[in-house]
Amino acid sequence: MANATPTPPTSPPLLRVQELSKYFVLSVPWLSRIFGRLSPPILRAVDGVSFEIQRGQTFALVGESGCGKSTVARVIVGLYYPTAGDIYFQGKSLEDPSVKSPPESRTRMQMIFQDPYASLDPRWRVRDIIAEPIRTFHLAKNRFELGERVSELLLQVGLSPSDGEKYPHEFSGGQRQRISIARALSSHPDFLVCDEPTSALDVSVQAQILNLMKELQRRLGLTYLFISHNLAVVNHISDHVGVMYLGRLCEVAPKRTLFNQPQHPYTRLLLDTIPDLNLSGRRRQPVTGEVPNPIHPPSGCAFHPRCFAAGERCRAEKPMPRSSKDSIVACHAVEEGRL
Amino acid sequence: MTALLEVDRLRIEFPTRRGILVAVDDVSFSIEEGEVLGVVGESGAGKSVTGAAVIGLLEPPGRIGRGDIRFEGRQLNGLPHEVMRRIRGAKIGAIFQDPLTSLNPIYSIGRQLTETLTTHTDLSPAQARSRAIDLLNEVGIPAAERRVDSYPHEFSGGMRQRVVIALAICANPRLIIADEPTTALDVSIQAQIIGLLKDLCHEHRTAIMLITHDMGVIAEMSDRVAVMYAGRIAEIGPLQDVVKSPKHPYTVGLMDSIPKVGQEKDQLSHIRGAMPRLQEIPPGCPFHPRCPQAFDRCQVERPDLMDTGHPRQTASCWKYARTASHG
Repeated sequence: MANATPTPPTSPPLLRVQELSKYFVLSVPWLSRIFGRLSPPILRAVDGVSFEIQRGQTFALVGESGCGKSTVARVIVGLYYPTAGDIYFQGKSLEDPSVKSPPESRTRMQMIFQDPYASLDPRWRVRDIIAEPIRTFHLAKNRFELGERVSELLLQVGLSPSDGEKYPHEFSGGQRQRISIARALSSHPDFLVCDEPTSALDVSVQAQILNLMKELQRRLGLTYLFISHNLAVVNHISDHVGVMYLGRLCEVAPKRTLFNQPQHPYTRLLLDTIPDLNLSGRRRQPVTGEVPNPIHPPSGCAFHPRCFAAGERCRAEKPMPRSSKDSIVACHAVEEGRL
Repeated sequence: MTALLEVDRLRIEFPTRRGILVAVDDVSFSIEEGEVLGVVGESGAGKSVTGAAVIGLLEPPGRIGRGDIRFEGRQLNGLPHEVMRRIRGAKIGAIFQDPLTSLNPIYSIGRQLTETLTTHTDLSPAQARSRAIDLLNEVGIPAAERRVDSYPHEFSGGMRQRVVIALAICANPRLIIADEPTTALDVSIQAQIIGLLKDLCHEHRTAIMLITHDMGVIAEMSDRVAVMYAGRIAEIGPLQDVVKSPKHPYTVGLMDSIPKVGQEKDQLSHIRGAMPRLQEIPPGCPFHPRCPQAFDRCQVERPDLMDTGHPRQTASCWKYARTASHG
């Protein structure tokens, strides 16, 4: 297993994200803009997020919808510009303003999307879909080499080379996700950003895709950023986990630590909602409240209205991420030893 | 004692230009008073269509080709629309996946609740309104007196689903068809809604037909489980037995392919291939091309639900025909 051999501390992380923020300025109806002089509200989708991913490992970001996990993914691959913060890939900053979209690092980094029905062009043949990154980055010398490479990629993801002649609608959801993976692998990337890659699939097919992803990781030495809301899937695939709530990371920890000794109250809440397939009839804490509107997040720690351990300080002051045992936790209660 | 709901050899067809598609074939099950029957399956297995047929909301051109649906001993299929409309709401409630589309956006939730109440009960409009507020309290909507005049868009997803539940239970139905009631919700909200449904049904002794693709939701709520595959029931039995000792090879594969917390595995076991499309359902057992244990008979003859040797747990698999014939 990949996590059985921890990377020596001397090697720099493949990806380092530092104090990353992404704000969206929301639109205001133009009449209010002109007459009301209302300044548009700002949505802090991602607010000061930092983490590192070691080469060959899988880092999972979990959280409920609207917590900003997909925005982090999109900023990293360059689909959004960050509002603040830095992203270092192989030690080099990606957001160096002097370099406009560095193509070299782009070939090393690819993305797999959630919905395999929306992420493949229905009018393209599968072989053209897979060949697009190769053509864009001029990675093949001639057409023969291109064809060879496409066949190889199709075999790699468990399809047959003749499938390249078909169109996406001829495939099932799981097969389409295999096509997206083949496309992502076509530029020989080191790093794949996977945004809920299995949540549109049925469980038996999900298992096939998760197995394929693990096998490819082992064979090609890939590094994954895996975005998911499903903790059981995260537990299966990841080495490290970051839990996000309203644009901020509450807890980052090695997988086993997070699942066995969760520290942040929100992590505990999430773990408690995992359905119990062992039918042990375990009692659980009743979960209360809902994720608040991210445009007007609560003061202090954004989780305090739902937190059983919230105190005066939690309402007033934003907790900063601090090391606590193996984990990094942003919680006043954990810091003060109240939990 | 007759069951609350009995479905007998139900077949649902969709006539198309290229012939008739059979979405559900030979499906039989029953639900007792106050019982939660989970119906689980992958997309396209026919679980939602079965639910829609029970409440008489099958979308045309879909139609019941054969079989019977009996509720409290009375045959439901073939009833005139107007009669069915009376039963729906009063005796059988429904909860669907997306709470936003099952509420009318231009009426306040109070109006939708009082309308349902006055249609199905003898309450006066004023009584109905106070009953509506009670119901909203019961499903856990804070400040119900104030929120009763709000519109669906003013509620969050979880709160909207609570309103939908209030609508479903308002006439005290005997049975609720819940089709993916938590799928559109976040995990923490999902747990709340499951808890709420469980409590309400326990209190009112309402039976539920819980349709979902999520084995986790089934495990949290149901008493019995029916596993559907390619329009047929692969296995049906008490929750504990189906989850812990599944009998049909499909259920075995399904349970093994679910990643579980607290269990470290490098590879998940998976079922090869995918469920066939409706046009391409193979002869014999529909699962045989994917089945690791298939033998000759599976390819030609379709198995019915058979005794597995466990009380109340039946599976449609020829494996059990042999054990049965041996005695």
